[in-house]
Amino acid sequence: MGSITLRSVSKVFGEAKVIPSIDLQINEGEFVVFVGPSGCGKSTLLRLIAGLEDVSGGEIVIDGQNATELPPAKRGLAMVFQSYALYPHMSVRSNIAFPLKMAGMDKGEIDRKVSDAARVLNLTDYLERKPRQLSGGQRQRVAIGRAIVRQPKAFLFDEPLSNLDAALRVNMRLEISELHQQLKTTMIYVTHDQVEAMTMADKIVVLNRGNIEQVGSPLELYRKPANLFVAGFIGSPRMNLIEGKFAEANGAKTVGIRPEHIGLSRDSGLWEGTVTIAEHLGSDTFMHIEVPDVGTVTARAGGEFGVRHGDRVYLTPDETKLHRFNDRGLAL
Amino acid sequence: MATTHTRSAARLMMAPSVILLFAWMIVPLGMTIYFSLLRYNLLMPGTEEFTGLLNYEFFLTDPAFFDALKNTLLLVGGVLAISVIGGILMALLLDQPMFGQGIVRILVIAPFFIMPTVAALVWKNMFMNPVNGLFAWLFRLLGAEPLDWLAVAPLTSVVIIVAWQWLPFATLILLTALQSLDEEQKEAAEMDGAGPISKFIYITLPHMARAITVVVLIETIFLLSVFAEILVTTNGGPGTQSTNITYLVYTQALLQFDVGGASAGGIVAVVLANIVAIFLIRMIGKNLEA
Ligand SMILES: Nc1ncnc2c1ncn2[C@@H]1O[C@H](COP(=O)(O)OP(=O)(O)OP(=O)(O)O)[C@@H](O)[C@H]1O
Ligand SMILES: [Mg+2]
Repeated sequence: MGSITLRSVSKVFGEAKVIPSIDLQINEGEFVVFVGPSGCGKSTLLRLIAGLEDVSGGEIVIDGQNATELPPAKRGLAMVFQSYALYPHMSVRSNIAFPLKMAGMDKGEIDRKVSDAARVLNLTDYLERKPRQLSGGQRQRVAIGRAIVRQPKAFLFDEPLSNLDAALRVNMRLEISELHQQLKTTMIYVTHDQVEAMTMADKIVVLNRGNIEQVGSPLELYRKPANLFVAGFIGSPRMNLIEGKFAEANGAKTVGIRPEHIGLSRDSGLWEGTVTIAEHLGSDTFMHIEVPDVGTVTARAGGEFGVRHGDRVYLTPDETKLHRFNDRGLAL
Repeated sequence: MATTHTRSAARLMMAPSVILLFAWMIVPLGMTIYFSLLRYNLLMPGTEEFTGLLNYEFFLTDPAFFDALKNTLLLVGGVLAISVIGGILMALLLDQPMFGQGIVRILVIAPFFIMPTVAALVWKNMFMNPVNGLFAWLFRLLGAEPLDWLAVAPLTSVVIIVAWQWLPFATLILLTALQSLDEEQKEAAEMDGAGPISKFIYITLPHMARAITVVVLIETIFLLSVFAEILVTTNGGPGTQSTNITYLVYTQALLQFDVGGASAGGIVAVVLANIVAIFLIRMIGKNLEA
């Protein structure tokens, strides 16, 4: 239960071709994350799967059944919205119970399921409250509760954490991952935050202008980005993309090297450069270094590497960790 | 703005308008109470004398009073029912995307801008007239005997006319409420398996509760004192069949020249309005709390 297949799905809004054509296979029980820059069509794709938008072409198959024409409720999917979309006039209990009530389940059964969900999500003490009397994180949990009671084939999340503060976001991230471990239900999760993508996903789908740039596990994308877009998008700080003589010497149009794969030294190395900015994060230091003929290179050093603006340092890229791209931006 | 200083400053600033409004209300009210205790008939000037509660006794034991009381409540209730239910339906309709939405909305609002007397006369002469009216023509077209609306069903006719005037107001308020309903909430309900009717009952209607309350309260205030529509159509008749309290007070004061009795009637109307207000606030006022 919970496999989803997209076959040349496309979506056009008036004149704008938001999604040209997408083929994607999502397996049962997978945690799939859609990432991409703002406006690339992540939400649109999710809403197409949910049935909240009609596809302009192609088909959506859920569990082997063609669901392209099915209304949202019949697809057996549950969605958690960015704004939570709780029903403000209902108590937490009624909110969570609503999909069950709509399904015509009997009262005792509903009560049992609601209290189960509330226990899993630590909401037992808040069941009689109204959504406006809850904190952001609690509201988020109610929205998730409303989704899990239905025991859907898959969960769809549209940037569910973007309204939360940083600390809470880390917490909720863990909770959602834990939930996935417990339920083993397929989850599709939209975010533009690559840390969320890297930490939660079994499979990441990188989108750009409505096209899939690459699909793979977080480490695959990190180790073997298929093209320049993915190389620049995955990893923080961004991969250094270097053109010119150094790239040609390596037989490529562009060469990429991640900041963490550059060796630093005070006395010798391949490149010599001047530190323009040093960001001390405690555990790490990120340095922006101006290297003649190469450009600005970002490099990572341990937290104790004491350099300041204007210091001279030597850099040595790890030859085995170079990423080479041709003139069309594809990996060689 | 919650320091002691700003609060007392605010009180000081508000004082003139509060005092003015209070005087504006209390002087006529005081005079009405005073007149209601007098034997005061315009046909017998100079014979005013204190009569205690005699005017009230006459007014409250007048059989016309009970008719008027019943008619007032029926009128208010009838118009509220039609304008709220009709308003919800109209708002739902106008909320659908359609061609020429802006113009249609303005047209729907139009009746609200028409003066009550004009509206009532239009209805009386162009719709309800048993010979020339549109309804009579329609009835004849269907082979039925035309109805003399204002004679056969006077109160119903007044209710229809007044409801026609208030429907746009209700529609407008309810439409704005409807438009402020969060799109994601509707989508969430859809995903949760709610059909159009469940969505209306569980999501839309509760969302509109506050707006409905506002409509009911505001309309009630005005509907308790409907007058012009009755004056130009039925004159309260036949008999007292379409006389409400306001109209009864008018007949006392200006047809029978009994100022004392009319004042007593006015005070009774004020008390009645307050009773209605208390009931309403008790019943639906909680919807207004944030
Ligand atoms: N209803 C619509 N009508 C017309 N264009 C739309 C509509 N919805 C989305 N779009 C367009 O489709 C594109 C993709 O939108 P979408 O909401 O899917 O982006 P997104 O990837 O979710 O971005 P974000 O990260 O900012 O949420 C955007 O360019 C947007 O302008
Ligand atoms: Mg989005």
